[in-house]
Amino acid sequence: MRFLDAGAVSEAVASMCVEACTRPSSGLWQLVGWALASSPGGPGRSALGLCLRNLDEACATGLPICQDTGIAVVFAEKGNRLVIRGGTLREAVDRGVENGYRDGGLRNSLVSDPLNRAPLPVNSPAILHLSEVPGDSLALDLLVKGAGSENASASAMLPPLAGEDGITAFVRDVVLAKAATACPPLFLGVGLGGDMEVSGMLSKKALLRPFGTPGMTPVQRNLEERILAAVNETGIGPQGFGGPLTALEVRVEIAPCHMASLPVSVCIECHAHRTARRVL
Amino acid sequence: MKRIATDCGPGTREKLEAGEMLLLSGPVMACRDRAHRRMAELLSRGMELPFDPGGAALFYAAPTPAPPGRVCGALGPTTSLRMDPFTPPLVAAGVRMFIGKGPRTPQIASSMAAAGALYLAAAGGTAALGGGCVDSCVVAAWEDLGAEALYRIVLRDYPVFVALDLHGGNLFEMRMRK
Repeated sequence: MRFLDAGAVSEAVASMCVEACTRPSSGLWQLVGWALASSPGGPGRSALGLCLRNLDEACATGLPICQDTGIAVVFAEKGNRLVIRGGTLREAVDRGVENGYRDGGLRNSLVSDPLNRAPLPVNSPAILHLSEVPGDSLALDLLVKGAGSENASASAMLPPLAGEDGITAFVRDVVLAKAATACPPLFLGVGLGGDMEVSGMLSKKALLRPFGTPGMTPVQRNLEERILAAVNETGIGPQGFGGPLTALEVRVEIAPCHMASLPVSVCIECHAHRTARRVL
Repeated sequence: MKRIATDCGPGTREKLEAGEMLLLSGPVMACRDRAHRRMAELLSRGMELPFDPGGAALFYAAPTPAPPGRVCGALGPTTSLRMDPFTPPLVAAGVRMFIGKGPRTPQIASSMAAAGALYLAAAGGTAALGGGCVDSCVVAAWEDLGAEALYRIVLRDYPVFVALDLHGGNLFEMRMRK
């Protein structure tokens, strides 16, 4: 058995929140730079120019890349021979998020509940997905999720034999209906299979994949390419201003499902894709 | 690049064309969903808003907290579509400029143009840049709404795009005609 203090988990999570929100990764830089270089003229290109300048500005000033510093989504993989000491993992993650948002000058964006909507003084609770894996370490992945893009996301239960055509059409239709409000060029996480909530969880998990990493299997890669092409044919373009780049990457994750189902979720993520990872 | 003021007159507004990029300066009232509902409620009861809506500019936004030594944190637009249901009474009360991100419903677009109100789209997710285009930022009212409070912000050379001009031009429909 290995012991890990809850306080160490909180410290890691706090620093991840600040890092994700204020320090753009080199992969994002390269991708937005590539998008600008390959974009035809017009307002869409001008908008991409602002996106790239914004990454410079965030580095120079330490200000968040986006004012919507989001809700913190944490995927935790805890080794079966690891014991968290001095609190639960849930408490440790929430303390970390609260501290990171408060000390890092990030915006608290949560409200008490969907009806009364009283602003919360802290940015917790985080969305926490916990799984147990062999080993004695704790792997933490953070996705900072803004509402503009999350509001454009969708799930559906397709006919079981809808196939690649049905899945591609579903994602394209969601993008056509909603993407212009979601700050394109987008990253699309697509979750296939499981059940209703597993497809949603997989669509989020897909967004944790590092920039420029295609799926592991030919089925994933084929769908990723097909969906990317279909989405970019919409012409929605950067910020909805028109152009050939509506999405930068599509990432598909797949799980087994019931013979009578084809659950699919698409998690829409804006160009300001913000993640951080730690292994403790 | 063309520079305009948030309180620019009808003569300036009508010369602008959808798709143009501008640098915007001057005071705006920054507000989001719940502030919109309060404004709509006040107007429906014939009561005054916490600011003069005549010729005012509204920015759909809420900044991150200002770090020490800066007047404003990160600042950028939120989705305009969510404000559409609350927008007609604001246009009727005299607001003549709206700044946000993404398209508007067709009815709102045509009512804005008819009233001589401009809709400008800022680039979402560029808020470190936006935070540097601010001369001042204070909570003007409704602090109880947290980040959804009403702010008074003075912008300086903030990059925006003409999304709905006064002649029916629509930046978000230009791509569809292609």
